[in-house]
Amino acid sequence: MKAREKRFLFIAVGIAAVGLAVALVLNALDKNVSLYFTPTQVFNNEAPHGRSFRIGGLVEEGSVKREADGLTVNFAITDTHKRIPVVYKGILPDLFKEGKGVVAQGSVGPDGVMQADEVLAKHDENYMPPEAADALMKAEAANAAAASAVSAPAAASAVK
Amino acid sequence: MIPEIGNFALIVGLFLALTLGVLPIIGAARNNAVLMGVARPLAAGQFVFLGVALLCLTYAFVANDFSVLYVAQHSNTQLPTIYRISAVWGGHEGSLLLWAFLLSVWTLAVALYSKHLPEEMVARVLGVMGLIAVGFLLFMLMTSNPFDRLLPAAADGRDLNPLLQDPGLVIHPPMLYMGYVGFSVAFAFAIAALLGGRMDATWARWSRPWTTVAWVFMTMGIALGSWWAYYELGWGGWWFWDPVENASFMPWLLGTALMHSLAVTEKRNAFKSWTVLLAIAAFSLSLLGTFLVRSGVLTSVHSFAADPKRGIFILTFLVIVIGVSLLLFAWRAPKIGLGGKFDPLSRESLLLSNNVLLSVAAASVFIGTLYPLFMDALGQGKLSVGPPYFEAVFVPLMIPMLLLMGLGPLARWKKVDAPELARRVRWAFGAALVIALLLPLTMGKWSVMVSVGLLLAFWIIASVSLSLRERLAGRDDFMQRLRGQSLSYYGMQLAHLGVAVFIIGVTMVKGYETERDVRMDVGDVLNTGGYEFRFNGVTEEQGPNYVAGKGHVTISKDGKVVTELYPEKRQYNVSGMPMTEAAIDTGLLGDLYVSLGEPIPDSNGAWAVRVYIKPFVDWIWAGCLLMSLGGVLAISDRRYRIHNKRLAEAKTEMPLEEKTA
Repeated sequence: MKAREKRFLFIAVGIAAVGLAVALVLNALDKNVSLYFTPTQVFNNEAPHGRSFRIGGLVEEGSVKREADGLTVNFAITDTHKRIPVVYKGILPDLFKEGKGVVAQGSVGPDGVMQADEVLAKHDENYMPPEAADALMKAEAANAAAASAVSAPAAASAVK
Repeated sequence: MIPEIGNFALIVGLFLALTLGVLPIIGAARNNAVLMGVARPLAAGQFVFLGVALLCLTYAFVANDFSVLYVAQHSNTQLPTIYRISAVWGGHEGSLLLWAFLLSVWTLAVALYSKHLPEEMVARVLGVMGLIAVGFLLFMLMTSNPFDRLLPAAADGRDLNPLLQDPGLVIHPPMLYMGYVGFSVAFAFAIAALLGGRMDATWARWSRPWTTVAWVFMTMGIALGSWWAYYELGWGGWWFWDPVENASFMPWLLGTALMHSLAVTEKRNAFKSWTVLLAIAAFSLSLLGTFLVRSGVLTSVHSFAADPKRGIFILTFLVIVIGVSLLLFAWRAPKIGLGGKFDPLSRESLLLSNNVLLSVAAASVFIGTLYPLFMDALGQGKLSVGPPYFEAVFVPLMIPMLLLMGLGPLARWKKVDAPELARRVRWAFGAALVIALLLPLTMGKWSVMVSVGLLLAFWIIASVSLSLRERLAGRDDFMQRLRGQSLSYYGMQLAHLGVAVFIIGVTMVKGYETERDVRMDVGDVLNTGGYEFRFNGVTEEQGPNYVAGKGHVTISKDGKVVTELYPEKRQYNVSGMPMTEAAIDTGLLGDLYVSLGEPIPDSNGAWAVRVYIKPFVDWIWAGCLLMSLGGVLAISDRRYRIHNKRLAEAKTEMPLEEKTA
């Protein structure tokens, strides 16, 4: 094989490999990205139907209820503005607690309840998942914009 | 007083590093022996002062000096002494100090073990490492000084995150950091080559063992982290594609590529520019890893801080390092040249495809890890890229790489006779194929992915055996032939076997694990995977700085008791944080894994319990250990130890493989 043909072969194989990799990456990204939404956005129907996404916020105080099987848990995620009920079957993370930040992944059915297949609470007591903090901040801004008399002390202290 | 000494030592360290970064490099450019000569003493001085700083911080932790802010944030009088020491790198500031100290260790090591290198090379390498140290020390002193005082002093500290109170976490960060920082040596050698415009097989022989050592540390560091996650996080996974795991995995992938590319540069004087570029990229990704982890832009277990000032500093540092090295590369690389020629089918081309696949894999991990950051920065909303992305991209890239991995060591340099190679490997490949198709049947369930995984693993094992047979079989003395092979050859084969063992572990766990989350009342028995798990309830127990609910699970098989497991649910006194301590029965063929979920309210002592059976899971870490041991064997090779001038000056020697083949 001549040097020129050789070089051509290397370049062709290289381009093919990179092209394949790009196709793989784009395809996988398209299928496996999950978007974050705040409870208010989900309430306003901004979240996709029939597709998995994430909600961030706080576990609403007094909302955690267990079913008799001991594994199915009902709770609500709130941004202190709107609340979305969540059902999860499985063992919750150690730091899952009422009034603390949480992120749940799953899809919301026509009844407005999220069937979660993953619940994340981060590994530090004082740590707030940015998505949860973000949801609280947006809700607070919305509240302020509506000139609502209802203040959001929980949100204010949580965002700190 | 002690913290002030530490602070002072840091400042002295900074000035030494600055001098080290400037004088020897000028000396090398002007051929001034005096300026070059100061490099080694400066490296030693930097090591001493950073060592003093680290000792001062350790002392502050051991002596419970809560007038130091960092100590007050990460320790507590109740904390056992060993964890007070490991708490030194349990947070942002301290782990940076560890980074800087380890960099000075590597710098000193280069200064000590470079007697056979030309003086200007040593001066440049040490100088570049000094400049890196300047960046880190400035960062520490300006934005995150571990010796900052807290006045008035706290009565007691806030305690170390309970997750970090574990023997695995005592050694995982130093090991990983040794790896991260170790790539700075390969980087410094590459920059020195660019500055000097001289790069040949000798250069590759010098920087190769350093790269391998760093790679060994990194492999062990990542494996330890994964093992820790498996038993400590309490949900039995061993790799989560967490951004911070990815941050260490990317430099590992490029480091692996670099090791192989250096092999070609040493043996064949080829891939020269590519090797330099890889060295730059591997270290840049190490820095990026530090940036990602420490700036707090990523949400993860490991992110300590969320201070924008720090993020901006590291980002600037990163831009300077990467920008300057790439500029230098663009300017000087044409001088280095591409190196030797080879055929499209040759050991070189096989190693080239290894490099391409590893780099593409690193790039795909990079995209998946940073995509959410970019989208967020562009105001496109928050999103997350989960494990399915990484699996969908990574597996298709690794399959061809592992297939080629079996061929690489059997192929000749320069040109391979394809039919001849096919004839040599046909039995090995056939045997691997038969085993891969039949073995899953004995496990009771056949699936394509398991067969593919096993095919890759057994193909590598068969190819290693074939290579050993070709080299060792013969009419003359077996022992002589055994000794006749170089240690680096054995190292390579051992590391490749490690990859095979690793793949077996991953495949078997993925294919045959059982995961059951169940509610268990006292006395309940769960039958799964051929075992009986009997839950005997939970009792309260007092630990040194926590209260634990200790579960008791009896596991039996066919009526005979196999083991008793005691998983714990701890509540730490100071932080109030709950922690799950899984109980694991480790075995060659798999683990039995039990961890406590949560107590079930309004019941008679019932708990939610995770019961997992993980076949062959320990092979994953055993594989990593074998890879590391292979690396250790490779650097023990004679040719790296013989430092006489004659050998160092011999530019290219006959490749060993050709002599023996």
